Amino acid sequence: MEKFEKLTGIAAPMPLVNIDTDMIIPKIFLKTIKRSGLGVNLFDEMRYDRQGNEIEDFVLNKPQYREASVLVAGDNFGCGSSREHAPWALADFGIKAVISTSFADIFFNNCFKNGILPIVLPQEAVDVLMKDAEKGSNARMIVDLEAQTVTTSDGEAFAFEVDAFKKHCLLNGLDDIGLTMEKAASIDTFESAAAQARPWV
Amino acid sequence: MSPKTLYDKIWDAHVAHESEDGTCLLYIDRHLVHEVTSPQAFEGLRMAGRKVRAPEKTIAVPDHNVPTTAGRENPAQMTEESRIQVEALDKNAKDFGIHYYPVSDVRQGIVHIVGPEQGWTLPGMTVVCGDSHTATHGAFGALAHGIGTSEVEHVLATQTLIQKKSKNMKVEITGKLKPGVTAKDITLAVIGATGTAGGTGYVIEYCGEAIRDLSMEGRMTVCNMAIEGGARAGLIAPDEKTYAYVQGRPHAPKGAQWEAALNWWKTLFTDEGAHFDKVVTLKGEDIQPVVTWGTSPEDVLPITATVPNPSDFKGGKVDAAKRSIEYMGLTVGQKLTDIQIDTVFIGSCTNGRIEDLRAAAEILKGKKIKDGMRAMVVPGSGLVRAQAEEEGLAQIFMDAGFEWRLAGCSMCLAMNPDQLAEGERCASTSNRNFEGRQGYKGRTHLVSPAMAAAAAITGHLTDVREMM
Repeated sequence: MEKFEKLTGIAAPMPLVNIDTDMIIPKIFLKTIKRSGLGVNLFDEMRYDRQGNEIEDFVLNKPQYREASVLVAGDNFGCGSSREHAPWALADFGIKAVISTSFADIFFNNCFKNGILPIVLPQEAVDVLMKDAEKGSNARMIVDLEAQTVTTSDGEAFAFEVDAFKKHCLLNGLDDIGLTMEKAASIDTFESAAAQARPWV
Repeated sequence: MSPKTLYDKIWDAHVAHESEDGTCLLYIDRHLVHEVTSPQAFEGLRMAGRKVRAPEKTIAVPDHNVPTTAGRENPAQMTEESRIQVEALDKNAKDFGIHYYPVSDVRQGIVHIVGPEQGWTLPGMTVVCGDSHTATHGAFGALAHGIGTSEVEHVLATQTLIQKKSKNMKVEITGKLKPGVTAKDITLAVIGATGTAGGTGYVIEYCGEAIRDLSMEGRMTVCNMAIEGGARAGLIAPDEKTYAYVQGRPHAPKGAQWEAALNWWKTLFTDEGAHFDKVVTLKGEDIQPVVTWGTSPEDVLPITATVPNPSDFKGGKVDAAKRSIEYMGLTVGQKLTDIQIDTVFIGSCTNGRIEDLRAAAEILKGKKIKDGMRAMVVPGSGLVRAQAEEEGLAQIFMDAGFEWRLAGCSMCLAMNPDQLAEGERCASTSNRNFEGRQGYKGRTHLVSPAMAAAAAITGHLTDVREMM
């Protein structure tokens, strides 16, 4: 996984609440056996008409947001299916951080496995950031994971919380499985004890 | 010792390692795998030269993508991409030595129906799957939740998950349900009350008389949709009904092991005085047969209601409701029972079990579906299908005009050819009414199996109580 570097980028506003993973990547793109190449189909049904033409109104089709690397979104972003294709598609498009008041649990976890930082902030902060995102490509938002701050183009900074372990993994681009393998002895011990206690499992 | 919740007890029994910051390695007892979210995980193992740590605890079945029409063993029935995905699962199951139920096996079906049916799911276990509806298994008092593909790979390689403990939430349904009200109505009513993010950060324990009174099938329906309320998992404490359901299933413990298991299972309940971070209580007798009107599972109303006005909502939900009403092609103030439908889907991991088919058949017996209606039943597994045929239910469905299909996820997520066309409107027993969920620009109203059957007969959303 790539390390999460301090990010200065364009933020796209998506104020709709309950943006689900079916919206982020419709199921027809789940037939792939690869992780790559899904960016072109990100938000497919909102982004293209049936003939495959871009829908002008959709935020990521607007000239000023085509290079967005941050999304500022409505409540409960990423609800629904567990499909990791959603963060794969976001990452492949170039999105590195998503800001909302809340995220669905599985999507939230999936983001961290793919170098994407989901940032939870209170409504008032998200409102300010949404306004900042609406300024388009003239505005640059700064996401600093090390300092745990998001800063608007006007220099207003908001501090956010992030789990220390997840932060460590994201900053250093660490592979979870490798880290867990280092604790193999603990797993062995647990497994033997559990086999004694609950042999029917 | 301080009193513990059911969730606390299962959690504590599965922590293999805990770091100072509370990050845990949670040991996984059962890992269920399907064709859509696993190929990249197996590929990851291969590239790193890793093995599946506990193949005997890993069970695979193709369900999301498979056709549900006769002769589907013939690969020509599938699109190239679907075929490759199913073949990848065939190969991965074989190469890594995990339990496997291919489409040619009568036991094949939706992974969350096959697991309990085969006795893989047992009380007190941790169960994961690369599918959000893994919450279903919580009906057995198993801690069960969906994971992403990276986590699938992590569990395959280490048999653990990196987790932090969620908060405890109690959802109590007191008293008795009225006639015509089912487990589906309970679970939708709860989401209607809490919202789709109401459970975020929590594991829900469902309890109360109305939950105790449910069959195992009904309990699975309730827990299945815990995820639609945002919860990581839903749980119901095991009881005599649970033990009776489990006993004698192929992979359930037997003999002395059964007795030992039973002894432990009987300790799996929330202690008196245990702390819940959030409590929601609904009266069973207040719950009515419900339908969804919008494009989020929280858009729930009793069937007797009318399409709401977006201005009745607050914050971002105002615009979301406007968008939903437009997408769904509805009018503010329209009676829900005036909504005409053209498609009925009975099936899915929410409502594809034998009891669901019985409830629908009860309404359909001796009746015909409305002219021009497309109606299909997709049993949750080959065994459910066989049982329904034996009980004469299949004949009732076919006589009424339903298509009688083979097992799979089918039109619940519409990855296979079972899809809505643009503008079609479906009364569906599935779990999600998202935009495009059942097909591009398709419109979904979530209902119970009995309500779906009633709508198939009348051609519009219908209060099933009028047909009982």
